[in-house]
Amino acid sequence: MTTIFSARKIITMNPSNPEATHVAVRDGRILGAGSLQELEGWGQYTLDETFKDKVIMPGLVEGHSHAMEGTLWKYTYVGFFDRMDPHGKVWDGAGDIEAVITRLEEANGKIDDPDAPLPAWSLDPIYFNNERVSREQLDRVSTTRPIGIMHASGHILNVNSKALELAGLLKSGINNPGVPLGKDGLPTGELKGPDVMTPVGIHVGFDRDMLACDEEGLIDFAKLCVRSGVTTATDLAARLPEEAVNMMLEVTARKTFPARIVPLRYHHGVTPDELIKHATSLKKQSTDRLRLGKIKVVVDGSIQGFSARIRWPGYYNGAPNGLWYISPEHLRHIINASLEKDLHIHTHTNGDEATELVLDCMEEGLLKHPSRDHRFTLQHCQLADSAQFRRMAKLGMCINLFANHHFYWGDEHYNLTVGPERAKRMNACATAIESGVPMAIHSDAPITPLGPLFTAWCAINRLTASGRTQGEEEKIDIDEALYAITLGAAYTLKLDGEIGSIESGKRADFAILESDPEDTDPTKLKDIKVWGTVQDGRIFSAADL
Amino acid sequence: MPEQNKMPVTIIGGYLGSGKTTLVNHLLRNADGKRLAIMVNEFGELPIDADLIEAQDDDIISLSGGCVCCSYGNDLIMAMMDMAKMDPRPDHIVLEASGVALPGAIANSLSLLNDYSLDGIVVLTDVETIRERAGDKYMSDTVLRQLEDADIVLMNKADLVSDNISGDVSSWLAEKSPGAQIIKTERSVVHPTLMLQDFERQPVSGLGMKHHDAGQFNTELVVPDGPVDACQMANDLIENTPGLVRAKGFVKSINGTMQTIQIVGKRAEITPAPEGAEVGVITISVGG
Repeated sequence: MTTIFSARKIITMNPSNPEATHVAVRDGRILGAGSLQELEGWGQYTLDETFKDKVIMPGLVEGHSHAMEGTLWKYTYVGFFDRMDPHGKVWDGAGDIEAVITRLEEANGKIDDPDAPLPAWSLDPIYFNNERVSREQLDRVSTTRPIGIMHASGHILNVNSKALELAGLLKSGINNPGVPLGKDGLPTGELKGPDVMTPVGIHVGFDRDMLACDEEGLIDFAKLCVRSGVTTATDLAARLPEEAVNMMLEVTARKTFPARIVPLRYHHGVTPDELIKHATSLKKQSTDRLRLGKIKVVVDGSIQGFSARIRWPGYYNGAPNGLWYISPEHLRHIINASLEKDLHIHTHTNGDEATELVLDCMEEGLLKHPSRDHRFTLQHCQLADSAQFRRMAKLGMCINLFANHHFYWGDEHYNLTVGPERAKRMNACATAIESGVPMAIHSDAPITPLGPLFTAWCAINRLTASGRTQGEEEKIDIDEALYAITLGAAYTLKLDGEIGSIESGKRADFAILESDPEDTDPTKLKDIKVWGTVQDGRIFSAADL
Repeated sequence: MPEQNKMPVTIIGGYLGSGKTTLVNHLLRNADGKRLAIMVNEFGELPIDADLIEAQDDDIISLSGGCVCCSYGNDLIMAMMDMAKMDPRPDHIVLEASGVALPGAIANSLSLLNDYSLDGIVVLTDVETIRERAGDKYMSDTVLRQLEDADIVLMNKADLVSDNISGDVSSWLAEKSPGAQIIKTERSVVHPTLMLQDFERQPVSGLGMKHHDAGQFNTELVVPDGPVDACQMANDLIENTPGLVRAKGFVKSINGTMQTIQIVGKRAEITPAPEGAEVGVITISVGG
């Protein structure tokens, strides 16, 4: 059974056949792209003209996201920017604290149980001139129901008095850098850092399973993929216990499930040897739509949380250096064993010192276990300098830069964390390409919204939220950006032979767009409407989800 | 929760290979009826004798004598909150921090949990490698911050180096861990009384009595003549008791209220005393 899809234009990303008007699909795979006449030679076919006015691109690939983006929409969205939920509803951004309160009051009115918590997410006081939300403001919404708002960064939680009271923290005498106190000596309700958030978080509905993705969350995440043109997405850090793997295997196998998910096994909580053993056994359970067996190692924290490890001269505001989340010994062990056993690692590094450590360990590991095509990928790697990019290229490493971060927190980095010069080199896409480092760009959803076209826009324009261009020299062009969100990301997942371009033999994974990104003003790229996707030859219209 | 009902937590810190796991096992084998709960990052390297293990599931190992060992993975605080619900409650929590963790930061986080009180921070060092670690390109500040956080520093593997080197390292540690008492150990062997507060069972019978326990530590009961300034007394004890590791007891303050003095290393804490407390402070010290 062959279907030939017609389109206004097909951008194939295949260098030997860059553009086409038709694509032929059989059994979920691409027979070929070209003119109708060229494709008719494959034999009997059905012509599908659903996309005759649309532009088809290869299905977009998100190389760094978390399926919990789907789960978070169970909570009330109070972010500054407009954002689309899995059901296609666009939530207006909350422009000031009053708007946040109003949104919470609406949500409060919809809960019958007077004791039930009210969890909300995606607050960011940067956009309110850094005015902090206080527990008194949240008490206006309710004094009897615990309320908590997770910040967009995921590193800070604001709660009301009831939540503090339930956690036994509405008291004076607290001496903890993560718990700012008001003039009355009581906590203001702001809680900074995961260890401080946890004891109160459980009372406001952010429980232990918040980060884990349940069945409904996974389905909702896949809907967001369709709405943003994504056909393959990573779930970049999961513990992957047996029951979660079984759930994911079952859900992704459904005929209606529209995306390919690549979950990576998180290094925390098990010994290096157990990690290698678990990843090896997961690899054997892989299916077409659930690619298992890769490893994620977290080396340091975040720059805006001052927990990233950065090299001299350190943080611009003088904050002490950040935290190591793994010892060099364990990192080395995991890298060596993975090279030896052909396991694929992605490392989270934010600060340039953490990146340096990974490069040192790789250099050493590759001497013992020369691997011609390991494609170990540095994730975020926001602060790398050009010397580090040259080393990455020599060591055969890939990079996945956090282009969206530059827009949301670029001003913060310029003013506070790393200062003007280093802020300009953050997420240095142009240097990566020039150095010959295979590159992808990402959203880290839910930290920023899933949407590779927006991510491409960020990398092309390098605007910050305040409207400044930060790092003119690191801008990339539209072709480079479109490559990064298709083949570039596929390459970092070792899937570039199967997906990332529209060419004979590959998976029939398409993003269906309402307009042509190659013929769009690059400052408008983020506004291109996505009709939906085709995944493994199956059509998913965003409007019908 | 009243202070005396809180579960005491001893945090064991120190870089990889400094002997933390050996110490934890040593404490378990010498628990002497105390029901310890051991919190470890992961089970991997904990060589608990098979005959001690009664049952094991994913995150918890039940041991004979009512002791347990739990792995906290990437969520220590959640694991500690679960531990608080355990019935019966453990007598003492021993928390083995990961080699790159900052024990002071862990203590800060635990201070927000009402079920626990910090007993002390013990940081282990390997005499042979500590100074090299402290100069490491990547780990230097982490190692030095661990030492700064310590109430007690164990100078482990002291038997493997000459007296000269041992002396050098000891003075260097005194500089880097200004708040800590330094104890030399071999293979992490140290009397549990020095690690875990255990004043209730100290055989102290009267004023000025000195008790020697196999040369490992001394206990002494100090009873002030009349009302004292508790802070001043704590500072005096810290400064004038050679080898002081711990002290705990009650004094009558100048305004007539009873107060608890508790000292670990060079850190003193003054809190209101429980009802019926009798005046007297027990000190535990090494050497001499």
